[in-house]
Amino acid sequence: MFELLDQIFVLLKHSLVGFLPLWMQPVASVLVSVVVIICLFPALFALTTVLERKGLGRIQNRIGPNRTGPFGILQPVADGIKSLTKEDIVPSSADGVVHFLAPIVLVVAVFMGFAVLPMGRNMALVEMDAGLLFFFAMGASTELSVFMAGWSSRNKYSLLGAMRAVAQMISYEVPLLMSSVAVVMITGSLSLGKIVEAQNHYTWGLPHWYIFTPWGLAGFLMYAIAATAETNRSPFDLPEGESELVAGYHTEYSGFKFALFFLGEYLAMFSISGLGTTLFLGGWSAPFEFLSWVPSWIWFFSKLMLSICVFIWLRGTLPRLRQDQLMNFAWKFVLPLTMLNLLVTALWRFLGPGWEQWVYCSAILALAYVAMARVGMRAEHFGPRKYRYAE
Amino acid sequence: MCYPRSHRRDLRPTDEDLSVGTLGRGHPAFVGMQALERERLPMSFAFTLFAAITVAGGLAAVLLKNTVHCALALTVAFAGLALLFLDLDAQFAGFAQILVYIGAVAILVVFAILLTRGSETPKDGVFSKNWFAGLVIAAGVFAVLGWAVLASAYALPGPGGAPTATPTVTVAEIGQALISRYVLPLEIVALLLTAALIGAVIVAMDEKERAR
Repeated sequence: MFELLDQIFVLLKHSLVGFLPLWMQPVASVLVSVVVIICLFPALFALTTVLERKGLGRIQNRIGPNRTGPFGILQPVADGIKSLTKEDIVPSSADGVVHFLAPIVLVVAVFMGFAVLPMGRNMALVEMDAGLLFFFAMGASTELSVFMAGWSSRNKYSLLGAMRAVAQMISYEVPLLMSSVAVVMITGSLSLGKIVEAQNHYTWGLPHWYIFTPWGLAGFLMYAIAATAETNRSPFDLPEGESELVAGYHTEYSGFKFALFFLGEYLAMFSISGLGTTLFLGGWSAPFEFLSWVPSWIWFFSKLMLSICVFIWLRGTLPRLRQDQLMNFAWKFVLPLTMLNLLVTALWRFLGPGWEQWVYCSAILALAYVAMARVGMRAEHFGPRKYRYAE
Repeated sequence: MCYPRSHRRDLRPTDEDLSVGTLGRGHPAFVGMQALERERLPMSFAFTLFAAITVAGGLAAVLLKNTVHCALALTVAFAGLALLFLDLDAQFAGFAQILVYIGAVAILVVFAILLTRGSETPKDGVFSKNWFAGLVIAAGVFAVLGWAVLASAYALPGPGGAPTATPTVTVAEIGQALISRYVLPLEIVALLLTAALIGAVIVAMDEKERAR
């Protein structure tokens, strides 16, 4: 019964594809999965926009959208209809072709990332030998579309926003990759399916997720920081800082093209949360052994939505960073720590199971963190607040 | 290419059939189709398409007027090359091509264009005066590459130098080779990159001091 529930989507697909002649089956199978992904995640995006607006409203002591449908649930439908029927304005000096292509390239590249995510047992579109590499390759190609949008608009705010976004994405891509490499070092495989399998073991009913190891915890925290910056979410949302840049690289987009940018941003959030879940939080495996009967896809999507809630919470809590703080944080704090984490991971691997690896690895990481934070704070010369202009 | 079937802990009887990847390239129907395709056509449709994309991107990169358009067209050529690698079942090379060339080199080119000179079209056209020398050098490079490719075709096993099935190399094997047999070239490249990195930092620092 539970096994049936666990595999229900896979079985459904197979029975659906089974109606077709044999030579059509491979193509149809892929097509069905692609259509499901293309429908599912935008639906999740609609849900998340309500969740985000409601959640932010609560954090900021207001109610949030509550006019469209019961409790404002139909708000995304109204937004969708609005953006579909709005006029699509292209500035007369804009570069038409590039301006048109930019949102499409962004959404396509972001959707590609979902192809390798294992969303449940046997539920990955393609099980690739180099799945992680594929994911990052697709993630890297979104940067170009951001640049295309900013440059083709012929607007100084758009261009500044795009330059900021690209610089930020390149800076944080390095720690993002480096923190994932630690997982690859332990698993010995770039295949996301194998990474989940390696975490799907239990001791005393508790899971072997990588976040429950010293290097995994450090790696996960740095992955989360880099992922927040990579998706241009607050507190790293400088490229869209409305107090400085109107709306950043999508200032000159209206109607459905703007909706595509909005969609791309949230889809990137989903896919990067999905990858973080896969790498550090055990993917589709259950948090306790006695809960293993719950279908695997429920666990994957629960973890995904939990990460999204943390994103929303962070956005409601933290103020925006300054550009120099952003860059200093990436290159002088996160990157050295990820490098150290790689060494610690190697140490963990070669010390072998035992209490030594826990003590040594935790001690090294904690000491490095404290020392770097101390030195960094000292360099900033924090002291009593000085007012230079307003006295 | 064989997708590695991962070792699942609790296997169900239908597991191999259920897995979504099974109906991919490994499927008998698909393999049969491919074999038919290979017999009939000397060049597969996919190869022709990707080659056309690559060549079109390269040509556009040379012929377009706007420098940023040229950079974007170059990216299309990079993407076409990556697709060609993937068509040859070279996953690692293909993804590395996308990650490095589209993710980093294209961005670098674009930044260099925007930060050095305006991306406006020069009035006297984009063709260099010594185009003939460029043509000769390009032809020379193409001749050497072509000669190398033609010579290497006979190195492949097979009757009369006919192309055989592409060998499948996993990412793990590439990693092993990089760390064991090719460790010296790897280290040399790493040293070179580190030197370049330090050089870039020094150049940037110097400029900052001068500004003060």
